[in-house]
Amino acid sequence: MDLQILLLLGQDGLTNGAIYALLALALVLVFAVTRVIFIPQGEFVAYGALTLAALQAGKVPATIWLAVALGAVVFVIDAAIALRARAWRRLPGLAALTLGVPLAVAALIHGLDAATLALPLQILLALAVVAPLGPLIYRLAFQPLASAPVLVLLIVSVATHMTLMGLGLVFFGAEGFRTPAFSDGSLELGPATLQYQSLWIVGVSLVLIVALYLFFGRTLTGKALRATAMNRTGARLMGISTTLAGKLSFFVAALMGAFSGVLVSPVTTLYYDSGFLIGLKGFVGAIIGGLISYPVAALGAVLVGLLESFSSFYASSFKEVIVFTLIIPVLLWRSLTTRHVEEEE
Amino acid sequence: MRRHLPVALFVALLASGPLWLPEFGVTLLNYIGLYAMVALGLVLLTGVGGMTSFGQAAFVGLGAYTTAYLTTAHELSPWLTLVIGWIITGGFALLLGAITLRLSGHFLPLGTLAWGISLYFLFGNLDDLGGHTGLTGIPPLSLGSLELKSGESLYFLIWLIVLAFVLVTRNLLDSRTGRAIRALKGGVVMAESMGVNTTRVKMVVFLIAALMAATSGWLYAHLQRFVNPTPFALNMGIEYLFMAVVGGVAHVWGAIVGAGLITVLKQWLQDLLPQLLGSDGNFEIIVFGLLMIFMLQRARDGIWPLVLKLFHGLGAAPRARVLPEAEPLERRPARKAGEVLLDARQVTRRFGGLVANKDMSLSVAAGEILALIGPNGAGKSTFFNQISGVDTPTSGEISFLGERVDGAESRRIARAGMSRTFQHVRLLPTMTVRENVALGAHLRGHGGYLAAALRLERNEEARLLREAQRALERVGLADYADQPAGSLALGQQRILEIARALCADPCLLLLDEPAAGLRYLEKQALAELLKSLKGEGLGILLVEHDMDFVMGLADRVVVMEFGEKIAEGLPAEIQTNPAVIEAYLGGVE
Repeated sequence: MDLQILLLLGQDGLTNGAIYALLALALVLVFAVTRVIFIPQGEFVAYGALTLAALQAGKVPATIWLAVALGAVVFVIDAAIALRARAWRRLPGLAALTLGVPLAVAALIHGLDAATLALPLQILLALAVVAPLGPLIYRLAFQPLASAPVLVLLIVSVATHMTLMGLGLVFFGAEGFRTPAFSDGSLELGPATLQYQSLWIVGVSLVLIVALYLFFGRTLTGKALRATAMNRTGARLMGISTTLAGKLSFFVAALMGAFSGVLVSPVTTLYYDSGFLIGLKGFVGAIIGGLISYPVAALGAVLVGLLESFSSFYASSFKEVIVFTLIIPVLLWRSLTTRHVEEEE
Repeated sequence: MRRHLPVALFVALLASGPLWLPEFGVTLLNYIGLYAMVALGLVLLTGVGGMTSFGQAAFVGLGAYTTAYLTTAHELSPWLTLVIGWIITGGFALLLGAITLRLSGHFLPLGTLAWGISLYFLFGNLDDLGGHTGLTGIPPLSLGSLELKSGESLYFLIWLIVLAFVLVTRNLLDSRTGRAIRALKGGVVMAESMGVNTTRVKMVVFLIAALMAATSGWLYAHLQRFVNPTPFALNMGIEYLFMAVVGGVAHVWGAIVGAGLITVLKQWLQDLLPQLLGSDGNFEIIVFGLLMIFMLQRARDGIWPLVLKLFHGLGAAPRARVLPEAEPLERRPARKAGEVLLDARQVTRRFGGLVANKDMSLSVAAGEILALIGPNGAGKSTFFNQISGVDTPTSGEISFLGERVDGAESRRIARAGMSRTFQHVRLLPTMTVRENVALGAHLRGHGGYLAAALRLERNEEARLLREAQRALERVGLADYADQPAGSLALGQQRILEIARALCADPCLLLLDEPAAGLRYLEKQALAELLKSLKGEGLGILLVEHDMDFVMGLADRVVVMEFGEKIAEGLPAEIQTNPAVIEAYLGGVE
């Protein structure tokens, strides 16, 4: 292996690692706040990328109809609850969020000729389609089970993943898509050739990580989420709505998932089911951080990216085997360093 | 006899199946049988043991590929490859279990998720295993000169094995080891205090589930006569879990119902959905996913309990169990009154900056009741946890019967003869009162998993249940023996915990607020019981808030406040001790 290849593989690994890190952070966030192990994260990656591809092809992405439909279901359920409680005042806000937002985005897509828009606007539109799916799915699948054991939530999570993946096939078909790079070309830096898209990915990931850090450290909402993560009952006693915290964390996770998809689709062809493996690699990173630590999770994810890129060079057909087997030594180390038997809630 | 009628009917229907079913029906039932074996393992793992795995399909794959490779490349006998498949699968299961089972509950499913993916890609990329095309030309199974070539001939073998697994699982669950498995759901702390080695029990359950899956894979390979990686991929692993959950994850028969339902539904959806949607693909996963979410939200126990309810509690109603006569269990030699049982010296426990126990010393002798009292938050329960091995003191010494036990595992302390109850009742609400109590006698029996599965330990089991019954008679709960423990009032549940602790034949009893929630007469009965136990030479250490109860019962009293001992003495001395009065009533400012 010469320096050239080393740099190339390193770049590749870091680029993928940055994506995995974003996903790992979202997973840790969702787990901390809701105790849901967020397997469907990968579907948001695929939905984000494929929605963008559909917009660029001048088609109406079917994901928007999913958002409209889920919004309508949530509206019917929550309106019924509000009516029973005679809380008329809740209705307008509810209608605006569950019916208004998805319909407004649908109207925008119909009104604008999305294919001719500038790339940043297309991306914004794609995110506006996919991100609302997060809280809607939380409301329907997870909120009724908010106090269930982690194991039940995990099974629901897997079931949600299956449903969304199946729907992805219905929406986008079996063929894969690639979207154009944010900016073409590459930067020569001594012996290294840096692709602009890789720089975008790493740069944007870093910006997002810092933004998240500021959000959790400096804003009241962020602090409320952290409080919920630490102690649900305590947070509720302080007037923090754990339901709202759950929806918010799902929103952030969906947004980050979709954005990761948008970032990665110029480098890899994405299919309706590619998100799952990408999401799981984020997971391996998150597990390295014990599903608790944000920085360790991010570093773990970068490690996964590097391992993946180097193993694809040395033993390309065993790439996935190697990446997912990494979890074994990690778990072994965790198991040996865990002192006593943990008590389940 | 009526109880066995539904099962007999089911077996008769199955046995006559090939006579009246079309060939397609037999094929379908073959697959249902194969899936049911895997789902049954998950019932044991998830429904009973409270763990879960998404990687069962990979274990099926190991069983299938082992036999496929060895019977084609090395022409070994399929019966030999079954055993080799078990060994290989068992090895992997032990490895996976060893690294995940000590961690909190979600690491096992995550580990199996990753393992399921790894193994799938491994099967698809190993040239010796035929890559993604797989292996063909697997020989049929044969019994002597009889070749089981057709699906119909394998049908009987498959369902014989399914029924054998059902029988063995039911036997296992209705035994000493079965109670230990079911105790996992009551929390690790309780099970360990009863002497159950929870890590080991979890491991065995995981192993059994994996071996059932491997058996299914072995049969699959010889039914299909070829294998490729697809049926062992992660999504199949998830589908197995769906089967168990939809059928009824806590019920042996739920596995068969779930496997049948999901298989038939899948068949139907695979015909229907592509027509509706106009293209091919695994669209049935959408319906399965939604069904699963709905079930977990609305009917988490699955379909089988609903079926039972429909047929008006076939076998579900609590019926009085007739216990066979049995000899009493051996008892520990009694301790001489006055012999020091427990001696704690300078026990300190810090949680970060908080000192929950500071230099606590006390001792309990045989034939003595020592009460530990103090205001809420004084650190009494923390101290209990140090003594019983749930927690490790930061410094200090605890000896029990002359041996150091600080920091020892709680099951070792239990084995030495210390038994406890919990401040927050820890029972298994769906198990009967008697079975809950029998869990206390766990360490007094020896029957293993195999003996339980084959019912070779019935003599010992009868003795254990007799012992439980005697403990129940002693505490006055004998009338409730066959009720589910969850149906008792809270006060009775506390008494049940005492019976469970007694069942261990302890020499020292730790009782954490035993009288809370009891009515006046019940308290009197409890006091009588404790006095008679004391008369038999037991040492009793008791945490209690009810002063009338304590002062009338205890021989000595230790008072704690802010983690420290502030007084010790006879009840009468304690009642007049100014420090105690100040702690309880507040001092004059």
